[in-house]
Amino acid sequence: MAAVRSSSAGPGGSKGGGATAKRGVTAAPSAPRKAGAKAAKAATSATSAKSAGATAATGKKKSFSLVIAGSGGAGVMTAGTMLLEAAARSGLYGLMVRSSGPQIRGGEAAALIRVAQHPIENMDDRFDCLIAVDWMNLQRFADEIPLDANSVVVGDPNEGEWPEAFALSGARFVPMPFKATAKSIPGAWPNMIALGLAAGLLGVPSKIVDEVIAGSLKKGGDTLEASRKAAAAGREVGAGAGVGLDGTRKGDGTGRWLITGNEAAGYGAIRGGVRFVAAYPITPATELLEWMAPALSEVGGVLLQAEDELASINMAIGASYGGVASLTATSGPGLALMTEALSLSVTSEIPVVVVDVMRGGPSTGIPAKSEQSDISIATSGLHGDAPRLVIAPNSVADCLAATQWAVHLAESLQTPAIVLSDQFFGQTRAVIDRPEDLAFKPGRAIATAHAEGYRRYADTPSGVSPMAIPGTPGVAYTADGLEHTERGIPSSQAADHARQLAKRERKLALADYGDRWADIEGDADLVVVTLGSATGPVREAIARASEQGVAARLVSVRLLAPARPEVFAGALAGARKVLVVEQNHSAQFHRYLRSVYDLPGEVRSYCHPGPLPIRPAEVLRVITEWSQE
Amino acid sequence: MSAQAAATAVATKISPVTFKSDYKPIWCPGCGDYSVLSSVTKAFAILELEPHQIAVVSGIGCSSRIPAYTSCYGYHGIHGRALAAGTGLKVARPDLTVLVAGGDGDGYSIGGNHFMHACRRNVDMTYVVMDNHVYGMTKGQPSPTTEPDWNSKLSPGGTGLRVFHPLVVALAAGANFIGRAFSGDPNGTAEILAQAIRTPGFSFVEILSPCVTFRPEQREWKNVVRPSPVEATDDPVRATRRLLTDDGFNIGVLFKGDRAPYAPPMGKARKTAAELEEGFAL
Repeated sequence: MAAVRSSSAGPGGSKGGGATAKRGVTAAPSAPRKAGAKAAKAATSATSAKSAGATAATGKKKSFSLVIAGSGGAGVMTAGTMLLEAAARSGLYGLMVRSSGPQIRGGEAAALIRVAQHPIENMDDRFDCLIAVDWMNLQRFADEIPLDANSVVVGDPNEGEWPEAFALSGARFVPMPFKATAKSIPGAWPNMIALGLAAGLLGVPSKIVDEVIAGSLKKGGDTLEASRKAAAAGREVGAGAGVGLDGTRKGDGTGRWLITGNEAAGYGAIRGGVRFVAAYPITPATELLEWMAPALSEVGGVLLQAEDELASINMAIGASYGGVASLTATSGPGLALMTEALSLSVTSEIPVVVVDVMRGGPSTGIPAKSEQSDISIATSGLHGDAPRLVIAPNSVADCLAATQWAVHLAESLQTPAIVLSDQFFGQTRAVIDRPEDLAFKPGRAIATAHAEGYRRYADTPSGVSPMAIPGTPGVAYTADGLEHTERGIPSSQAADHARQLAKRERKLALADYGDRWADIEGDADLVVVTLGSATGPVREAIARASEQGVAARLVSVRLLAPARPEVFAGALAGARKVLVVEQNHSAQFHRYLRSVYDLPGEVRSYCHPGPLPIRPAEVLRVITEWSQE
Repeated sequence: MSAQAAATAVATKISPVTFKSDYKPIWCPGCGDYSVLSSVTKAFAILELEPHQIAVVSGIGCSSRIPAYTSCYGYHGIHGRALAAGTGLKVARPDLTVLVAGGDGDGYSIGGNHFMHACRRNVDMTYVVMDNHVYGMTKGQPSPTTEPDWNSKLSPGGTGLRVFHPLVVALAAGANFIGRAFSGDPNGTAEILAQAIRTPGFSFVEILSPCVTFRPEQREWKNVVRPSPVEATDDPVRATRRLLTDDGFNIGVLFKGDRAPYAPPMGKARKTAAELEEGFAL
C-alpha cells in the first residue's frame, strides 16, 4: 500500500491523524487494507496506460519490457539469462530480475527483463510483453507483471485459457503453441522457443542467439541444433507480434559487463582488499558468497562457511584483528544476530564489513523479494553509543564501487561498515559499462615494530590510532570490548569512557568522504531524497517530469551514517519541497533523516513496502501533483 | 630442544615471566585461574615461542580476562564467541599460535554451538576451558557443568538438569586432542598444554579450576584428582568408553588423534584482483 505522508508535524505522527492521503495515490493508511490495496492498484494501472499511450504516440520505444514465465523446470530463468546476454552482445543494455513463487524449487518462475539503447537501472511501470511458456500458477505474478491494452501476451492456445488477471488488462493475445512446436522438433525445449521469440521482439540477430545457445549448452550436436531450430520457430512468431524495440544498436557490447549486484558487491570487496569471508547461507545473499568462494581462493583469500551468523561475524572480526580485511554477507535476520558483535567491532576498533542484502521483513518475512526495510536496524540497531558506517549502493553497478568504498572506509577508520544492498540488486543481472578501477588510499594505519610508548587506543586528533598486527614484535596489546584506557587496559572510569567515545565518534566525523556520499542531480527547489534501489525509478520519474516541464532535484544518499548535517544541508540548499522516497511500510529512511537532520521546507514521505518495486510512474505522479499545489 | 633453539632461548632469556604482563588480575584470592595463567606462560616457555607470535583469544567471564594478563597479543571479545574469533584469526593467520581460553558458561552454554563446530572443523588451535561449574562474574549461577541440585538464587533448589560432559561431546564432535588438567598442579597442566599446542588440529584441554568464592567446596578437588591410570589412546571407541565411565577427576591426556587440521591455503594467489574481471566482460 503506497502512502504519501505530509510530515510537517513529524514523521512519527499518529497513523490516522499524522498521515495524509493524497488524491489519486492511495487510501489513508488507516483505511481497510484490502480497499487501500485495490485503490493503489487501480491508480497504478490507470497511470501506466497513460504513460504507455504517450510513449506510443511519440513513436519512440525508449525501452522494452518483457517477461518470460513458466512453471519450475520450464527453464525460463535460463532463457531469460541467455536473452539478456544475446541482447547485450547485440549492443543493448538491460537487466533481468528473477522472481519466483514461495517454493524453493519447482514453483512458478518469471524472468523480468527490460532492455534499451541506454543503461537501465530499474524496471518500468508496465510490461510490453508477457511470454508464458505455460499457465501454471501464473496469476500469482499478476501484481508484479502489470499489463495494459498496449501489451501483448504470448501463450500456448492448446493449454487452456490465459489467467483472468492478465486478460482483464486488455492485452492482446498472440498464440504460440509451445508444446506442439517443441514436440515437432526432436530434442527441443519450449524455453528455447521463448528465447527465440523474445529475440525476435528485440530485433536481436539470430546469429548472436545461436552463438549464445552454443556457448551455454555443454553438449553440441543434436541438442544444439534442436535448440537453434526451436529459437528460429519462436523468432517467426516474435517478429510478427506487432510490438518490439527499434533496431538501432550502439556497439556490440564490447567494454561492457554482465553482472549481478551480488557479484558486483563481492568483486568490489575483493578490489577493496578483502581476503577473508565467513558467512552463513541466507536468501538473497547466498549468491554473493557462492561467487566469492572460488574468487577468493584465486586471489589468495578464503571463504569459510560458519555454523551460524554469530560465528560468521566473530570469525570475520577475528581475521580482521589478524590484519586481513574481512567481510560477511547476510540478510535482515542474520544482521539482527550480528549486531552484538558489530558493537564489539566499534569498541575494539577492529574493522569489518557486512553486506546486508535486504529482503522483505520482519522475521522470515518474504525471503526472495526486495524491500528497503533494514534501514532502521543498520543506522540505529547497535547497543551503546556505537558510531558505524552505513553505505547504500544505488545501482547494480554501484554495488561494486560502494562495497569497495565501504571496505576502504572501514579499514582506514577501523570501524564496522554495513552495506545496504537488497534482493533487487543482488539477484538482478545487468548490462553495465565497465566500471573504473577505484584505487582508494590509504588503508589501515598499522603500528610499527617496537614503536616507542605504543598505545593502541591513543586519543589522536583524527581519532584514528595505529593498530598493531599480531606477529609484530614490541607492540602487543589486548583488543577489548570492555571500555579501556588508551593503552587498552579495561577501565570503568568516566574520563576514559568519555575520551574513547569521543575518539570513536570523531574519527568518523572528520573523515573525508568526498563527493561519493551522495549522487546529486539538478538544482530545483523540489528535491527528491532517496536511496538504494529506489534511486533508479526516482531518476526515471524526474527525467519524465522534466519532459513535462516539471523540474526536480535528485539526492540519492549513499552514506547514510555517519550523519553530516552541514554537508546534507548543502545538498538541500534552496529546497522548498522535500519528498523522501523509499520501499518500506514505515518510512524508515524518512524517520532517520528527520532524526539527524533539519530538513528545509515542507517535507513529505512516499513509501510502500516490497515486494512491488517503486515504479517511476508512482513517483512521477507525486512529483507532478505536488508541483501543481 | 634442538641446540639452535636452546641457544636462542638462552640468548633471549625466554622464561614464563616473558609471557606475563604487568597488569594485575581481577580474580579473587585463591582462584584457580592464577595457576592456570602460570601454566599457560610455562607452556609457552616450554615451546620456546615469543609473545608476539601468540594470540590469546577469549570471550567473557572471570577466566576470559586472561589475555590481558599475558604479554602476548590478546583479544577479549564477546560472550561465547571466542572460538569463532579464534577460528577466523587462525585461518587468516596460520603463522600465529592461537590459544582460546574461557570458562564453562562461555564455552558450554552460550558458546556451545561454536564448541561443537570448532571440534568438527579441527583448526590448528588450542582451547582451554577453566571449568569451575559456576558463573562467577555474575556472582553464582549454575552453568552447564553444575550439579543438578546445586541451590542458587536464580535456580532455587537446583536446575534439575543433567550435567554437560564436555570431553565426551568434544570427542563425538571430532576434537583431535582431549586432555583434562587440574589448576592445583601447574607443572602437570603446563605439560599437557604444551602437548596440546604442539599437536596439530583442534586441541581441547579442560582445566578443573576451583571457584573458592561461590563453590568453596571445590577446595576438596585437590584430594580427589588423580593421574589417569592409562595412557592416552588414539582409538575414539576406547576413549569414549573411558570418558563415559570416569568420574571427572582423571588428569592427563586422554585422547590424541591424527586427523589433518582444517587449513585452507591463505595468501597463495593465482590471479590478481584485476584479472577476475574477465568473468564479467562480454
